[in-house]
Amino acid sequence: MRLAVLSGKGGTGKTTVSASLALALDSCQYIDCDVEEPNGAIFLKPELQERYEVKVPVPEVDPAKCNGCGNCARACQFHALAVIKDKALLFAEICHHCGACQLSCPTGAIHEADRVIGVVEADARGSFLHGRLNIGEPVSIPIIRELKRRVQNGLPVILDCPPGASCSVVQAIGGCDYCILVTEPTPFGLHDLKIAVALVKKMKLPGGVIINKAMNNQQMIQEFCQENGIEVLLETPFSREIAENYSRGILPVQADPAWISRLQEVYSQVERSVKK
Amino acid sequence: MKQISFVSGKGGTGKSTLVASLSLLVQEKMLADCDVDAPNLHILLDHQVLVMEDYHGAREAVIDPGMCVKCGRCKEVCRFNAVNDIFEIIPMHCEGCGACTLVCPAGAIRLETVKTGQTYVAQTERGTFAHALLDIGAEGSGKLVTEVRKKLDQFQKDEKWVLIDGSPGIGCVVIASITGASAVVAVAEPTKSGLSDLERVLGVARHFGIPGLVCINKFDLNPEITAEIENFCNNNGFLVIGKIPYDPAVMKALQEFKTPLEAGNRRFAMEIENLWKKLEWEVGREE
Repeated sequence: MRLAVLSGKGGTGKTTVSASLALALDSCQYIDCDVEEPNGAIFLKPELQERYEVKVPVPEVDPAKCNGCGNCARACQFHALAVIKDKALLFAEICHHCGACQLSCPTGAIHEADRVIGVVEADARGSFLHGRLNIGEPVSIPIIRELKRRVQNGLPVILDCPPGASCSVVQAIGGCDYCILVTEPTPFGLHDLKIAVALVKKMKLPGGVIINKAMNNQQMIQEFCQENGIEVLLETPFSREIAENYSRGILPVQADPAWISRLQEVYSQVERSVKK
Repeated sequence: MKQISFVSGKGGTGKSTLVASLSLLVQEKMLADCDVDAPNLHILLDHQVLVMEDYHGAREAVIDPGMCVKCGRCKEVCRFNAVNDIFEIIPMHCEGCGACTLVCPAGAIRLETVKTGQTYVAQTERGTFAHALLDIGAEGSGKLVTEVRKKLDQFQKDEKWVLIDGSPGIGCVVIASITGASAVVAVAEPTKSGLSDLERVLGVARHFGIPGLVCINKFDLNPEITAEIENFCNNNGFLVIGKIPYDPAVMKALQEFKTPLEAGNRRFAMEIENLWKKLEWEVGREE
């Protein structure tokens, strides 16, 4: 089963939930898809042994063959190529690696060369994976795609997703069996939960909610879930102790064994929902 | 006019709370929420929308089934698996690159512009405020951020400041939120993940040559990591301009749609005032 953990709003506890689930389950694969700010390793402390550079193909223009026609710049929908004074100029960071420029070139002056935008790292068994986008790079999707190519079949897979609801989240949750939406009972949390719910509905994925930092004020989230037929999987209390432990890289499951069975129960509930 | 962009690396560290609080304090400013995936600032601001506009920030290929000769060239060249077996475009996968249009022998494919979100310009008692909402799962969030900032510019009178509420992460949306800003204020919590994320987002600010300032939120949650953050900042030329204490009352205020300032949190108010004084001085000094 592939389980995606997402939230809309940042900082609601995606990594706490994902890493806790990974620890509570006997055997699983944890993949940190938040490649802009990966944090899973801080909690799970894997021994990273594998390292792959993530490369994307970007155009290289052979000046000897280029006739300066400008077709490539017109074909590029992302304005990553300009032709100035008969010379093609590439803005590699905004290239979407689609190959349209190459297809449009009448003289065969464009070929592609690899450009490194980040890394994927894993432990020896591939049960922990994360990616890291290089500083200054705007596009994280190729790294998420690379991580998902390494999903192992037959194991529970936990995908710790980036915040937001844009294309990187779409990439991360695509092909999942179930989405856990992590929220907190504030107007911000509810507002962004609605966005996350709309996203999983649009992608026709089943989902349930975990309410973090509950302080007897979670009715508004509960009501929203009820109205929309979304199951609430777990509520965790707002607690300075949990926050302090978190700050040191200690998860609730590590501080208090009672959390292990709670998370196992969440997993069983998800399994039952998926089977239905 | 100086633009100050509030970012965080890690999400949920208090960007919107800080910007909404500063909006009560800072005079002659405009406000922008550039977290277009999950905007929150409008929730804390009493505002009246003046202009709402659709934004068409992406393109999508469309195959005319009547003209299609089913040769499969489009499927061959598409790198995003956006053409299915019966030669239809899967919109969620299509990046709008147009490679398929270049190879179609029948001229059956065209690119159409797609709406990717809405922008709003609103009036508030605290100044003009622009924000946007990205359509669910849409492409081009960075372009929408740039559009929000452009929209706000059109309403500029003689304000001195633009306070920009940014988004988490370090990718395109963040880059679009900080481009051209006079300073970046990174809001961080003293946690292991907070420190790691802060280093990366300040790296982005430095990469683009923008001065980086730091506010440590809930600093007393972990004094050791707060000290680590301060050390990191000292050693790398980033100034810590504010340290806000942990206080559950902040969360309670937010639940009532109020900033901690409006809820009468004196200590919070004092810290914010100090933070702004330091920020004003630092940004003035950079000139």
